[in-house]
Amino acid sequence: MIIQGETCDWEIVIGLEVHAQVISNSKLFSGAPTEFGGAPNNQVSFVDAGFPGMLPVINEKCVEQAVRTGLGLKAKVNLTSVFARKNYFYADLPQGYQISQYDQPIIGEGTLLIDLDDGSTRPIGIERLHLEQDAGKSIHDQHPSKSFIDLNRSGVALMEIVSKPDMRSPEEAGAYLTKLRTILRYLGTCDGNMQEGSMRCDANVSVRPVGSTELRTRCEIKNVNSIRFVQQAIEYEARRHIDVYESGGDIKQETRLFDSVKGETRSMRSKEHAHDYRYFPDPDLLPLVISQELVDGIKATLPELPDEKKARFMSEYGLNSYDAGVMVAEKDSAEFFEIVAKGRDGKTAANWVMGDFFATMNSKPEYTWANPPVSAENLGRMIDLIKDGTISTRLAKDVFIFMVESGKDPATIVEEKGLKQVTDTGAIEAAIDAVFAANPDKVAEVKAGKDKLMGWFVGQVMKATQGKANPGMLNELIAKKFKE
Amino acid sequence: MTKLTNLTIADALTGLSKGDFSAVELTSAHLDAMAAKRSLNAYITETPELALEQAKESDARRAAGRAGALDGIPLGIKDLFATKDVLTTAASHILDGFKPQYESTVSQKLKDAGSVMLGKLNLDEFAMGSSNTTSYHGNVVNPWKSKSDPAKQLVPGGSSGGSGAAVAARIAMGATGTDTGGSIRQPAAFCGVTGIKPTYGRCSRWGIVAFASSLDQAGPMARTVKDCALMLNVMAGHDPKDSTSAPIAVPDFAAALTGDIRGLKVGIPKEYRPDGLSDEVNKVWEQGIEWLKAAGATPVEITLPHTKYALPTYYIVAPAEASSNLARYDGVRFGLRVKGDSLDDMYKKTRAAGFGAEVRRRIMIGTYVLSAGYYDAYYTKAQKVRRLIAEDFKKAFETVDVILTPTAPSAAFGIGDNTDDPVTMWLNDVFTIPTSLAGLPGLSLPAGLSADGLPMGLQLIGRPFDEETVFKVAGVMESAAGFTATPAGVAGNETNAGSARGGV
Amino acid sequence: MSLDRTTVRNIAELARIEVRDDELDHLAGELSGILTFVEQLAEVNTDGIAPMASVADITLPMRQDVINDGGYAEAVLANAPDAVREDEGGFFTVPKVVE
Ligand SMILES: [Mg+2]
Ligand SMILES: [Zn+2]
Repeated sequence: MIIQGETCDWEIVIGLEVHAQVISNSKLFSGAPTEFGGAPNNQVSFVDAGFPGMLPVINEKCVEQAVRTGLGLKAKVNLTSVFARKNYFYADLPQGYQISQYDQPIIGEGTLLIDLDDGSTRPIGIERLHLEQDAGKSIHDQHPSKSFIDLNRSGVALMEIVSKPDMRSPEEAGAYLTKLRTILRYLGTCDGNMQEGSMRCDANVSVRPVGSTELRTRCEIKNVNSIRFVQQAIEYEARRHIDVYESGGDIKQETRLFDSVKGETRSMRSKEHAHDYRYFPDPDLLPLVISQELVDGIKATLPELPDEKKARFMSEYGLNSYDAGVMVAEKDSAEFFEIVAKGRDGKTAANWVMGDFFATMNSKPEYTWANPPVSAENLGRMIDLIKDGTISTRLAKDVFIFMVESGKDPATIVEEKGLKQVTDTGAIEAAIDAVFAANPDKVAEVKAGKDKLMGWFVGQVMKATQGKANPGMLNELIAKKFKE
Repeated sequence: MTKLTNLTIADALTGLSKGDFSAVELTSAHLDAMAAKRSLNAYITETPELALEQAKESDARRAAGRAGALDGIPLGIKDLFATKDVLTTAASHILDGFKPQYESTVSQKLKDAGSVMLGKLNLDEFAMGSSNTTSYHGNVVNPWKSKSDPAKQLVPGGSSGGSGAAVAARIAMGATGTDTGGSIRQPAAFCGVTGIKPTYGRCSRWGIVAFASSLDQAGPMARTVKDCALMLNVMAGHDPKDSTSAPIAVPDFAAALTGDIRGLKVGIPKEYRPDGLSDEVNKVWEQGIEWLKAAGATPVEITLPHTKYALPTYYIVAPAEASSNLARYDGVRFGLRVKGDSLDDMYKKTRAAGFGAEVRRRIMIGTYVLSAGYYDAYYTKAQKVRRLIAEDFKKAFETVDVILTPTAPSAAFGIGDNTDDPVTMWLNDVFTIPTSLAGLPGLSLPAGLSADGLPMGLQLIGRPFDEETVFKVAGVMESAAGFTATPAGVAGNETNAGSARGGV
Repeated sequence: MSLDRTTVRNIAELARIEVRDDELDHLAGELSGILTFVEQLAEVNTDGIAPMASVADITLPMRQDVINDGGYAEAVLANAPDAVREDEGGFFTVPKVVE
């Protein structure tokens, strides 16, 4: 995206840091539960609360999840990594430091392919992924002079996934987050729920004149909790930078907060202190060494990931890039589609899934992938009935609605509702004759050259057969009749 | 019969099992002695009711034939170990009123073995000190008196000064200590008792208030080598709750005391004769070498070339780790809180009021050496030198089985001496710190008396996880030294009594 | 290294320890003395030496992903100054933070 300024055209440079909560039963360094929404301070061990003498012991599941995610991002897995302490004081940081990884993260460079609206893709570099502890939660609105502290989240494992500054527009940032979330969900390493905070995004934004390769001072917008807000925040921030530069000012590096009500970013007061995190290797934890066998074992259990699935859907089912992208955006939709499409015409399957099915799915909140309006099997059988001529595509629309209402399989519905299409030439001809007989004037008009009325005749005959006449045969027979 | 408080742990266990006395009697005798010796200020918290209850339970267990390895033995616990529902202070104002809801692994193991806790022993604040003069709860007084100036109060050493004083004064049969740079060995030497810092990783650190995590080790202090071995048997062992705890089986340390050290090679490091070393200490060291020779071991001169750099290395590494470890004392979840206008104001006021001068100084040094721009010059450099120091020992142990050095450069000094300059005070640990940096086991035992009648200790250093050799050699030295001297007030005397073969 | 007042003040700020202005000079002197003492390490040749963070000759042990801790808010809050007790919510409190 190019933003036209007064002095020149500007381009946005965006890097994203995503904190993704690792799916695990217990915390990164303690046996307390990670579950969301418990009573305050009840999902806390003495370790999580930073009590004297308490020591961290790492959860192997969290390590495996990080490796799994790294492999999913086609990234380098570092067999030796080191936990470091990031020292700073904050009310919800009980130890006075966060155990994180600094110069030796568990995962190194990787790539993520973003899917853009025009069907094209673009690779975005991943800088690193490291494991770290989450902090607790400060609640500021319960008391006039106090903040309340709940440590339930303290110590929950996070993967901090840092991109390279490769994105150039809010749209690309959105596509990156969407794709990252898709991959995490495919892998089962993070549920990607931004509202509940299990995926949080910090955006680093700077601008530069188009054509320049410099990296200007960036601002970090912290903890934005939806993809839409991330895009809004980036756009606002970029325009702010441009305004400052064009009025002769300078941007100072700082942490900012996005106000989603006003649609603005503002400087964060609590982060005004100059920070010096004094990272050093955590002496309570030795270097984390994992074996190549462990990595290979995890690799062997990786699911087919969205990019590969998309490519396969295109080659195997003949989908175009856009349709394939839509199908694989969620693991559940991809699985649903594949059941519908298997052994059938892929395009027909895609049209039905993306058309009537998605429309119905989105119409009511009770429809979920676990409870779809129509099962993939029944949708597939319905397509079979179209293929073998039992019903027309037009009739299928009705069958679909009956399936949604009753949950019955399409053959039963066709049987019970008598929706079998009429392919008997005689029966269709009889219906045509009846319509012709009732409308001699219109017959004459057609014969006089008013071809437009042909459609009217088709509609009338279709109506007379309650929509069951095979549309192809009907068109053919009417045309023949007029030629007589 | 010997006074119950004068028994060794080994003898007390025999007496208990023979029914000569009960655990309640043994505990009561110690509680009485504690009350009589409060002027030493060895305990921060006495737990007499708990002790008597535990002693009763111990007697019941013994009667039922279920006595543990230390059943009925009254011990003092350094107030750096978290003890469930019992005030745990680390000798700091900042832990005011803190009653942990958990028990440290080591003190739990001692409990499980049937021992009785007499109370929580005084120490230097957060174990930072070599004289036990930095405790918020006041100085500990060494029970030993100088002949030349019996009125002068001497330091017990530190940081486990309460432990050393209590064991020497017979107000605990044994005590736990912790050692980061010499905090078991140096007070053991100053108080005329035996103490061992085992190999790093031998005892769990879980539940011990952390000072410098890569150095901290728990260990026993008692009046004999065998008593230390009996205690360490119980205290040691792999703990899955401590990621640095060694998954190594614990041998029977007491069984290592065979008395036979023939053929062993004993390293004598030539770098351990610095300028400040007292002639008396040097003489005891020479004496020690002779005893080992007489027992059939061979002294071998070795070189530990980076010895000189151990102290500066330590005073970067330990404060760096401490500055981070002590960040959790912030007035939010436990201990002292001083009100402030804002969160930061509350932090700053709490920490300024809660930490004493030495602790504040070390936090600030640690903060500085880790800060941007200085990390490599100080912290990384120190970690590199630390490796060189560890490698010195590794090389030495290719040729020798154990190393013998003095424990401290002098005997105990007066309370208030050596306080004008922190660095001078730190020189007390010049012989113990290298071992700590290398993570090796080090034991101090009393080897003789100074002309002034004060105990002097010798240190034995072993290979990693070879405490057995250390104990074995220590046992032989203990017999040779014949250290029977006792501090003032033990044998009903107002001054020190008894003698030792070593010294002047 | 000789530390000036500003540096000492910054260190104290980072460490969240209140230092009065009249303590700064004394503290600067003490800390400078210590730094001068430790700076003798500069004379050691450490080329090619890897920093040693731990003497423990093992790698990081891992635990299984089981829930076996927590569930004791009361004990966690038991020592807290000025806490909101469990029956009223169960929180630690600090002076109000403005973000
Ligand atoms: Mg970050
Ligand atoms: Zn992070």
